[in-house]
Amino acid sequence: MSNTTYRVLIGKPGLDGHDRGAKFIARALRDNGFEVIYTGIRRSPEEIAAAAVQEDVAAVGLSSLSGAHIRLFPAVVECLRKAGAGDIPVIGGGVIPDEDITLLKEKGVEAIFTPGTPVDQIIAAFTAACSKHHETRNA
Amino acid sequence: MAHTSLTSLLDGLAKQDPRAIGRAISIVEDNGPEADAILLSLDRDLVKNTTVLGITGPPGAGKSTLTSQIISTCRSRGERVGIIAIDPTSPLSGGAILGDRIRMMRHSLDRDVIVRSMATRGRLGGLCGAAGAAVRIMAGAGCQRIIIETVGVGQSEMDIIRLADITALVMAPGLGDDIQAMKAGLLEVADLLVINKADMAGAETLFMDMEAVAHERADKSNRPIAVCRTVASEGKGVEELLAEIAALENQHRASGEHDRRRSRSYDLEVLDWAMEMMRPHILQKIQKDSGERWGDPKLQAANILKQMKVDHDKIS
Repeated sequence: MSNTTYRVLIGKPGLDGHDRGAKFIARALRDNGFEVIYTGIRRSPEEIAAAAVQEDVAAVGLSSLSGAHIRLFPAVVECLRKAGAGDIPVIGGGVIPDEDITLLKEKGVEAIFTPGTPVDQIIAAFTAACSKHHETRNA
Repeated sequence: MAHTSLTSLLDGLAKQDPRAIGRAISIVEDNGPEADAILLSLDRDLVKNTTVLGITGPPGAGKSTLTSQIISTCRSRGERVGIIAIDPTSPLSGGAILGDRIRMMRHSLDRDVIVRSMATRGRLGGLCGAAGAAVRIMAGAGCQRIIIETVGVGQSEMDIIRLADITALVMAPGLGDDIQAMKAGLLEVADLLVINKADMAGAETLFMDMEAVAHERADKSNRPIAVCRTVASEGKGVEELLAEIAALENQHRASGEHDRRRSRSYDLEVLDWAMEMMRPHILQKIQKDSGERWGDPKLQAANILKQMKVDHDKIS
């Protein structure tokens, strides 16, 4: 009778302090039964990866509204990989131009959501990512 | 990927690998199939020698900030520290926002500080057991000091606090009647009282109130309890608080109180696990009973337990 509560981490890498989006997503995930570890603003990619490892989350969600996503999101993916946790999927959100989305996905970001995305779609992406992660890690 | 097999997980645990520690705690918390093997693998001496500190108090008292300062001081002494930060699960969605880490992020790149957030998951039983298992895994991974941080409201959280060797109740001025309401609970079990935000207006009144409580406690149990003042955001009073804690620890180890508490919390954890394991079986029996639902529930419960005993005797 093992449990399947999904644990996720929501964090804001870099100097951008606009955390409304990150907090909105954190609350939406909580309201859908997720355990959300919220790390707050101005975290380095190394800090986010270390926290994700200690908390053993099934997915990491990043928010960026300052334009630094191109450097920061792949940096988190890389830090997770270095920490032996490259299997934890990273989902990003924020003000991100279309041409960057392809680039971020090439660099290992699982999915990107831009303003106006219905919240249900974001929850569904987290659910799918967590479910996949749980399956592979228990295999 | 990493640590999919039990052997590599146990190997990682022995090497104090953060990924393995994180995984192991989840497996035990989720009651996964490898849980027993993980718990059996832990070094019992390490578990025995670790010191568990409980930090409890109302929301906004500054528990996480104080915990972060305690971590800094312990680290400057070269101790490896584990933190279990417990937050409530939403009764509506079953989800939780675990935000205690925010105040402890400055330790996040320190490999000798292991922080784990845990949600209460609305369990009637099991939480105490899961937190106890996390304590053991952290101790087995070399943490000499473990801090359990929780609001301490409600029975299961009160039970968790009893896992600690020493419990500090953190309060702050301006939180109003919350503190009055705690009188019957946490004020009775705390070993130390901490007035945090001691530079704020109202701190002196609170200090005098708590001194009165400390004296009441001293009269009844013949054990005067300390009231410490801290300004956690500035690190003030933390050394003094840790000195009080160390003095209590030594006293408890010398008097046998330490061992008494450990055996009491052991019993509590065993009971918690037993209840957790029994629950689904009992629930199944209750639901399977096709009788009308208007008899007395207490008598029905006694019937079910009697029936389970009969079934059990038949098997063994």
